[in-house]
Amino acid sequence: MRPGSNKPRIFLLGVNHKTAPVEIRERLALKDIEPSPLELFSNLPCCEETVFLSTCNRVEILASSKDHGDATDMIKKLWLEKGGLSTANLSKSIYAYEGRQAIRHVFRVASSLDSMVVGEPQILGQLKEAYRLASKAGSSGLILNRLMHKAFSVAKRVRTETRIASQAVSISYAAVELAKKIFGELSGKKVLLIGAGEMAELAAQHLLTNGVDKIIVANRTLERAVELARSLNGTAICLDEIEDALIEADIVISSTGAPGIIVKKEQIQKIMRPRRHRLLFFIDIAVPRDIDPTINDIDNVYLYDIDELKDVVEENKAEREKEAHKAERMVEAEVIKFISWMDTLDVVPIIQKLQEKAEKVRLQEIARSQKRLGELTQKQRDALEILTKSITNKILHDPVVCLRKGLTENERDQVLAITCRLFGIDNGNNDKA
Amino acid sequence: MHRFLFQITLIIYAISSVGFIVQILTLRKDVERVCMWFLTAGFAVHTLAIGIRWVAEGHTPLVNLHESFSFLAWAMVGSFLLLQLGYKIKSLGAFLAPLATMAMGASSLQPAELIPLPPALKSLWLPVHASISLLAEAIFALAFCLSMMYLLQERQIKKKRLKGIFKRLPSLDTLDIMNERCLKVGFPLLTLGIITGSIWAEKAWGSYWSWDPKETWSLITWFLYAALLHQRLTVGWRGRRAAIMTIVAFATLVFTYLGASFLLSGAHSYATWFE
Repeated sequence: MRPGSNKPRIFLLGVNHKTAPVEIRERLALKDIEPSPLELFSNLPCCEETVFLSTCNRVEILASSKDHGDATDMIKKLWLEKGGLSTANLSKSIYAYEGRQAIRHVFRVASSLDSMVVGEPQILGQLKEAYRLASKAGSSGLILNRLMHKAFSVAKRVRTETRIASQAVSISYAAVELAKKIFGELSGKKVLLIGAGEMAELAAQHLLTNGVDKIIVANRTLERAVELARSLNGTAICLDEIEDALIEADIVISSTGAPGIIVKKEQIQKIMRPRRHRLLFFIDIAVPRDIDPTINDIDNVYLYDIDELKDVVEENKAEREKEAHKAERMVEAEVIKFISWMDTLDVVPIIQKLQEKAEKVRLQEIARSQKRLGELTQKQRDALEILTKSITNKILHDPVVCLRKGLTENERDQVLAITCRLFGIDNGNNDKA
Repeated sequence: MHRFLFQITLIIYAISSVGFIVQILTLRKDVERVCMWFLTAGFAVHTLAIGIRWVAEGHTPLVNLHESFSFLAWAMVGSFLLLQLGYKIKSLGAFLAPLATMAMGASSLQPAELIPLPPALKSLWLPVHASISLLAEAIFALAFCLSMMYLLQERQIKKKRLKGIFKRLPSLDTLDIMNERCLKVGFPLLTLGIITGSIWAEKAWGSYWSWDPKETWSLITWFLYAALLHQRLTVGWRGRRAAIMTIVAFATLVFTYLGASFLLSGAHSYATWFE
């Protein structure tokens, strides 16, 4: 065996809405390249198992490998190269996690604790889709299969047992309630989405079910706008066409990942006359904000950002934090469980070797005794087989049970090393032991 | 008899005013229903009181301040009830019922004796001119209440205080649309009131327009409402600005109605007719 740990290790690299602007995220999403990013990374020798997740707000590579040495650097280098970006200015944007941290991150992402809008429901579906592609391509194996399934079940628990999820839903509910207080009837009203984020989609759907007439989607990349517009039965426009759309719209939901202000006060002052002073309701759910906060000072224009919408829901901050706390605790418990499962993984090969060795000895000894035993009937041969097998099994039974279940995390490495020494097994971990 | 009914009406209006205010504070459905019943009953008694007074007096009871205040309150409650048939804006009751009660209170403070009609007022134009003008006033009072509600609600939404009164008031658009409808009904009535008044003046005093203070102030009021209607229809004025304008115009209207009677002297002064 080669030197180096035989323990499989999980690691994760990624960018999200907090660490990188949308331009970088989009390039790192590696859309339309051949081979597909999943294939690309799973071909690396350091990625035995790979899952590639790409959403509007994050791009992440999740991998697992026994031989991970400088895997992080290799992946990063390939990723930036394919995305056409230079390493220098991006080292801070890309986060890299290993082991416990990586597992926790995956669980938090799945439970929507790491989302721009905490508790928004789409991320779980996107993660499931990423996993589906990975298992279809055969790039996900024992470790990531289990990690993904655990992630889904944690997410489900967080969803049902805390009120994190109801918050995201309640934000779009609050947006609808507020819109109703401004417009009364929503039928015949037009909605403009600036940016095609997940939360905006959710709010738009909610408005649609409440009778909104028409939806216009403006996005920096027209492609995504068209895609979302199709699913909402609306029309798509470019980001530089929004001024005309603003004249038409009644409700504007903004959720771009742009670093600066997109809608300025002067723009709105200018369009109020062509709008014939019709009421205009802005909902800014982007972080950082897309809409100049002073727009709220214009007559007949109302602006709410995401925190103000949260206030509408009348859930106080302390309670929100309590729920988040509860969710984090659930995630942490699952992380610990998963790690102890992972730890049993390096016990398994030792147990296997132990059993292999015993079997080898048994067969050798039977072969050696063959001459002295002379010619045996089939019945006798069978009895001999059963006898020797049960002796080796009985002797190994207690050590195997102890290795499988009886070890605490602290003593594990030591006991494994001793086991190897006592039984003369090469555990492939010589440099450590 | 009609005085007794008048007192009953006043009491019922006062009770339902309190009820509507309780309703807006507690949002209780049962209180709301009881209030509507009370107000409707009050309106019926009021109608009866006016009818009996009409028969007893032998002419339309629109001659002195007591009668005109009473008619104004009757018209306000009537138009509110009529509005409720089509649009359910119950919270309007908390604004309109107290206003109507105030008008009734003002009426009860005025001398209420039955009086023979002064010769100057003996004309068919009296009931026509007075009732149309008072009806216009009642509808503008409704618009005034809607505007107050609009400003209140607008402030809540702008300042992001979304508790308390916010939940009780209807949506901005609803309030604004109702306000505009009031204007579209009230303005033609006001115009008609001024025209019929002018015709009656010609019949009684031989001149269509004599620039007496009430006439002048009526014209000012008319111009204000005309400007508001114009801005609404051409530029699309609405919302806060329209609400403020409605309140200003209503204040002018009240001054025309009361100020011109009490403070300024002229042919219209109810006070002077009976000196």
